[in-house]
Amino acid sequence: MKLITAIVKPFKVDDVKDALKSAGVQGMTVSEVKGFGRQGGHTETYRGSEYAIDFVPKVKLELVVDDAEVDAVVEAIRTSANTGKIGDGKVWVTDISRLIRIRTGEEGSNAI
Amino acid sequence: MQSEVQVLGTQINLLWVVIGAMLVIFMQAGFALVETGFCRAKHAAHVVATNFAIFGLGFVGFFFVGFPFAFGGFSFAGIGLEQPVGEALIGSGNWIFLFQGGWAMSSGTITPALLGLFLYMVAFMDTVATIPTGSMAERWKWSSFTIWGIFCGAIYYPLFAAWTWGGGWLSKTWDTMSLGAGYVDFAGSGVVHAVGGVAALAGALVVGPRIGKFGADGKPRALPGHHIPMAMLGTFILLFGWFGFNAASTFAATDVQFATVATNTAIAGAFGAVTAMFYITKRTGKPDPGMMANGMLAGLVAVTAPCAFIAPWAAAVIGVIAAVLAIETVFIVERKFKIDDPVGAIAVHMMNGIFGTLAVGIFSNGSYGAGWNGSSSKGIEGIIKGDWGQLGAQALGVVVILGVIFPIAYGFFKIQNKLTKGGIRSAEEDEIAGLDLPEMGVLAYPEFSGGRL
Repeated sequence: MKLITAIVKPFKVDDVKDALKSAGVQGMTVSEVKGFGRQGGHTETYRGSEYAIDFVPKVKLELVVDDAEVDAVVEAIRTSANTGKIGDGKVWVTDISRLIRIRTGEEGSNAI
Repeated sequence: MQSEVQVLGTQINLLWVVIGAMLVIFMQAGFALVETGFCRAKHAAHVVATNFAIFGLGFVGFFFVGFPFAFGGFSFAGIGLEQPVGEALIGSGNWIFLFQGGWAMSSGTITPALLGLFLYMVAFMDTVATIPTGSMAERWKWSSFTIWGIFCGAIYYPLFAAWTWGGGWLSKTWDTMSLGAGYVDFAGSGVVHAVGGVAALAGALVVGPRIGKFGADGKPRALPGHHIPMAMLGTFILLFGWFGFNAASTFAATDVQFATVATNTAIAGAFGAVTAMFYITKRTGKPDPGMMANGMLAGLVAVTAPCAFIAPWAAAVIGVIAAVLAIETVFIVERKFKIDDPVGAIAVHMMNGIFGTLAVGIFSNGSYGAGWNGSSSKGIEGIIKGDWGQLGAQALGVVVILGVIFPIAYGFFKIQNKLTKGGIRSAEEDEIAGLDLPEMGVLAYPEFSGGRL
């Protein structure tokens, strides 16, 4: 089992969600996050004075999948979140040692 | 013996004054929204509470002594106030500086006409009192603020009001100095907005800039307001209330000039808003909503004194000039003088209050204002009619606001700052955390805390 974490542009979230559903993913967790990468921040003006937006709003997706599905899921995120412009985000894959469904106590792949 | 028609006229006039008072009082809601929207979320309960509390604080001071100081010598038969309630306290003849009488509405002849006038005038005083809450927002200690409210209602506003609208010495300069029809300020660009604006400047100077407003290099940094829709809604409410502020200053619904006044007011507000939008877009690339709001308010402030005496084209010109003046003043105040004014109160109220006061002496076309201030004037005339005397009277008023009223405000805040333990500014850690919890004991938005980066 792997934990797949992706940081994507907020306006691409719906596309990513649809792509993941089509790929057979059954659940995910999303959160609104802020940060910066190579895109960096940008400046805005308010009442004539500039101010820096150092942390750009992004959406973070987290989902756990079976090892066999990892490549397909990563590819689904990569293609659906891609605009070709700087700031599209990242996907990373982490090993997880144990997974438990709280309601039933099922473990491992059965708990996905 | 008055005819029935005359009696009815007087009654309608008084109704008009009371409706006007209610509209002006509603402007307090506009000020509260504008100032709260332009401040940061962590101070929102504090800023909105100052705007709420100032209504009562100023009212109390004005009720006990402010009103009789300013208007003890005022009479206006058009609303049934044939006799002034008091007489001169300081000065005599053409040189009256303060009035007496009618203390706390308990002496003199208390008539509905007098009380209607009081209600209207208390609303104007509260406008003055609430202007510094904008320029001093996010760092003004609550206990110090409350003393300002009472001082403004009791002494500060009544001074200049007595000298002008109350029948004092500035209104008699047509006689004593042969200046036009004396100081003419139809609804208070000077008496209300410039007087409030210089207090805003004085307060901002004494209290200093907010932490983080100026970087180590001295350059101003933006501290964006937390609720722009709130500020814009407040601006529209102010526009709405302004029709009471200006149009009801005819004191008479039987004086149909109120329609001219209302329309000129709207013209200046519209031209101010449009000009500000294009001008700030040219300066910074975006039509900053805050500057659009300031532009509309600047036009309204500037047209307040001349609105009854000018042609519509002049109201438009005044609106355009006012908006540019407001935006440039925001830049100068921040960049050159390093003064932090979170809402632009100095630019809008002081600068355009002064401009509006002078505009009477420039754009008045002689069509209205015969016999103003008891003068022999056939109608207020500015330099467009070739008369420089009126501009002289207006300039004298501006000199008095800057040379006498501003030092009073500055002295008040300076002395209060000395006498108050820790000064009139909130503690540094409270300011950084937000004044809501330390000073008010309640957060404006408890459900949304913790989201700041």
